[in-house]
Amino acid sequence: MGIISRGFSGRRQDGPPDRVPPGQYLTDDFPVLSAGPTPHTPLEEWTFSIQGGAEPVTWTWEELRALPSETISKDIHCVTKWSKLDTNWEGVSIDTLLEAVEHDAEYVVAFCDGGYTTNLPLEDVTDGKAWIAYGYDGEPLEPEHGGPARLLVPHLYFWKSAKWVRGLSLREEDEPGFWESNGYHLRGDPWQEQRYWGD
Amino acid sequence: MGRLAWLAAEVAGAKWETPRVRTLELEVPGWPDHRAGQHLDVRLTAEDGYQAQRSYSIASAPGEPVALTVERLDDGEVSPYLVDEAREGDGFEVRGPIGGYFVWEPGDPAPVLLVGGGSGVIPLMAMARSRALAGGSAPMRLLYSSRSLEDVIYREELETLPGGGFEVVHTLTRERPPGWTGYSRRIDRELLAEVAWPGEDEPKVFVCGATRFVDAAADGLVALGYDPRWIRTERFGATG
Repeated sequence: MGIISRGFSGRRQDGPPDRVPPGQYLTDDFPVLSAGPTPHTPLEEWTFSIQGGAEPVTWTWEELRALPSETISKDIHCVTKWSKLDTNWEGVSIDTLLEAVEHDAEYVVAFCDGGYTTNLPLEDVTDGKAWIAYGYDGEPLEPEHGGPARLLVPHLYFWKSAKWVRGLSLREEDEPGFWESNGYHLRGDPWQEQRYWGD
Repeated sequence: MGRLAWLAAEVAGAKWETPRVRTLELEVPGWPDHRAGQHLDVRLTAEDGYQAQRSYSIASAPGEPVALTVERLDDGEVSPYLVDEAREGDGFEVRGPIGGYFVWEPGDPAPVLLVGGGSGVIPLMAMARSRALAGGSAPMRLLYSSRSLEDVIYREELETLPGGGFEVVHTLTRERPPGWTGYSRRIDRELLAEVAWPGEDEPKVFVCGATRFVDAAADGLVALGYDPRWIRTERFGATG
């Protein structure tokens, strides 16, 4: 237990404990965090590609939208401490995309418009754990929340769910992405409170 | 890399900046120092062990005691405690410093444009103070948008800091005092065109504020020809 802060009692409306990881609080808002200006790539120029396999594979926006999609209802957790329960998304499973790629990679780096990157072990984006999401709450994903499409990896802190994603680069070794090079944890499991380097 | 430890912090002093914003000066034995623009985590503990954590920007320059400037969010959990309740001698815990991107080094010679909306000025102030303390020579301009003069955080200090290449440009978006000669509107492209450094100078830009403010400023600068890579942003969401 920490130092008692005289006069602090807290608000304690913190929801079901099995759904709110340590150090998080619930919000109904959808706060926006990003390190730079919001990019605006026209859909006719937009592509999604997976690199680093036997052959690079690229989808246009129309091709991606033609793939089987899923609706996803998940809790999300931001490293800045807010959690939001029961968020609703629509998108394509990374499993579906990887079916088109021959590879023996163990890690991926997601890359994005604006230069943002984030690294993930392959097992954190496969077996129904990650999506390329283009819909939120029944609407197209707004640019400020990462539209036209963002990576969605809801079981990790939300900086891993890279906005404005344009592709995945398959790797044999784990390579820190943008925030992971700037003080944040390599993996980012909210239930283990892996916020920063060394956590 | 060792884990950032929770450190005991004691309130050594407090100062009202506006009716809803207060600065707490902290004594944090073992604090590893910070860079201008970084933040830290605060953890409050109630008598029964209940804890709440939030992140706050560090307002003080590197090398100075840690100071947090906190705006009260009426439906917040931690900010009302830090703004209204905490007093000299009270304690809580901090962990940091955090963040390696929204930071400025006083030795960097490139011109700097700081664009702050409301309490978004706080990490920018750490940069301005850092420049003053280190005797930095980079030209630095702060464009600061507030609702009214009463809402201007660090008002007195911002009157004395200018000079030697540091400038402050205020805009008041809601209320102006009689005789106000500064800007009187939200930040838009024309205003940015008048205040921002020419793009040829390849300035470093730090924008901090609410999401809409940050988008307006960052999009406006990109429209003026700024390379998006020059622009570093930090947005305030709901952080109570």
